[in-house]
Amino acid sequence: MSQYLVLIYGDEKAFAEGGQGLADEVMKGHMEFGTTYEKNIAGGNALQSVDTATSIRKDAKGSFSVTDGPFVETKEALGGYYLVEAADLDEAIAMAKTIPAPGGGLEIRPIMVFDR
Amino acid sequence: MLAATVRVTRDLDLAEECVQDAFARALTTWSTEGVPANVGAWLTTVARNRALDLLRRESTLRRKLPLLVEDDVAPEPADPPEIPDDRLRLVFTCCHPALAVESQVALTLRLLCGLSTAEVARAFLVSEPTMAARITRAKKKIAEARIPYRVPARDELPARLDAVLAVLHLLFTTGHTAPAGAALVRRDLVSRAVDLTRMLHGLLPTPEVTGLLALVLLTGARSDTRTAPDGRLLLLEEQDRSRWDRTAIDEGLVLVRASLQAGRPGRYALQAAIAAVHADASTWAETDWREIAALYALLGERWPSPVVALNAAVATGMAAGPAEGLAALERLAAEPALASYPYLPAARADFLRRLGRTDEARTAYEEALLLTENQVERGFLEGRLAALA
Repeated sequence: MSQYLVLIYGDEKAFAEGGQGLADEVMKGHMEFGTTYEKNIAGGNALQSVDTATSIRKDAKGSFSVTDGPFVETKEALGGYYLVEAADLDEAIAMAKTIPAPGGGLEIRPIMVFDR
Repeated sequence: MLAATVRVTRDLDLAEECVQDAFARALTTWSTEGVPANVGAWLTTVARNRALDLLRRESTLRRKLPLLVEDDVAPEPADPPEIPDDRLRLVFTCCHPALAVESQVALTLRLLCGLSTAEVARAFLVSEPTMAARITRAKKKIAEARIPYRVPARDELPARLDAVLAVLHLLFTTGHTAPAGAALVRRDLVSRAVDLTRMLHGLLPTPEVTGLLALVLLTGARSDTRTAPDGRLLLLEEQDRSRWDRTAIDEGLVLVRASLQAGRPGRYALQAAIAAVHADASTWAETDWREIAALYALLGERWPSPVVALNAAVATGMAAGPAEGLAALERLAAEPALASYPYLPAARADFLRRLGRTDEARTAYEEALLLTENQVERGFLEGRLAALA
């Protein structure tokens, strides 16, 4: 078994425009995912909107610069994540496909394992 | 043999080393003990045992054991029937959608066709270090993201098979009309593509696989006649049809019929059908252009691609006259996907030439030349341009 981080990207504006109906549908999808893959989910959370993001960079002189907003401006914002266990990438993909991500998509990244 | 060893090692580099070790051992052992009855099985067994040996010594054995998913690894000689299955697993792994398409193609050539990295680099006109880096990255992704070494499950198979067919088709077209360089046809790529498609067809004879095999056979049958002895391009109109590979054509025709029988024909079956219409015509003049135009219309529905639309427009022009063809091409003028596709201005140039609109034809040929890198194709366009004067 390997661990993968599944990053959920979405169009926040489109989501807001979808209203309560869309929000309910998405919530239902996440509950179903949680039930179906209970044994595989090692963690997960929804994130507050990208408006609430704060980014930190170090400039060439070594001083910190703290700014409002995400690290990278993208059309689809990072909205949440799941940490899942899967035998291989195909299994992770099959799981990820059932996660709701209206107007966006998912990214699957294998977790780095450090040899002891 | 490589495929069977990968099943044990789950590490492509390690598998390659073991295969080489097996060959080295064969050279020494067979000279003293004689050549074994089943050479393939002997080599495979030795490679797999070597792999097991190496794995046992590594502390990562405990981590790798769970990867030996499907069956237990048997230390007995591999039965020949196992080997084709492993090649199938290998081709699906090489063509996994999680890998970049250019990586899928590179891995397929390297691991399934056994081309050296230098040879693969030459095939795609990149430097050897660039290709080596591409292949290394792909192997790294397979290992670290744990792309599994298996034939996909039934429900995933259609989509995954599509990816494999796309790679094989790309291999074939790159060989049939080289994008750049001095030769038009790269025979080595064409024959690899045909061999791989044949292997796939032997194991998974679905209608689309059958369609692709028919397509590469029927199109490849013309390879010998596409250039004149002096190396210049010969159009379909000028090719000596008596030198088309009749054996390949006959086989292709049987296969295309089979691929069209099963329900709704897919894009490879339809392309093969178009190639079959050409193969059926004993002369250029006898070509049934209406049939071809109709097939392109079907193909366009199945596979709405601007390139298909371009080909359909050319077929229309051949069937109904250059004015009609030009009108069909004009509709594609603003298509962004065709902006740097040389065959669009080349087709326009040809229809304009036939209509006697010389100045416009000249401009179009010049536009096509700007976009064409293959030397043989450039020679042809320059010849047309000179003839206009």
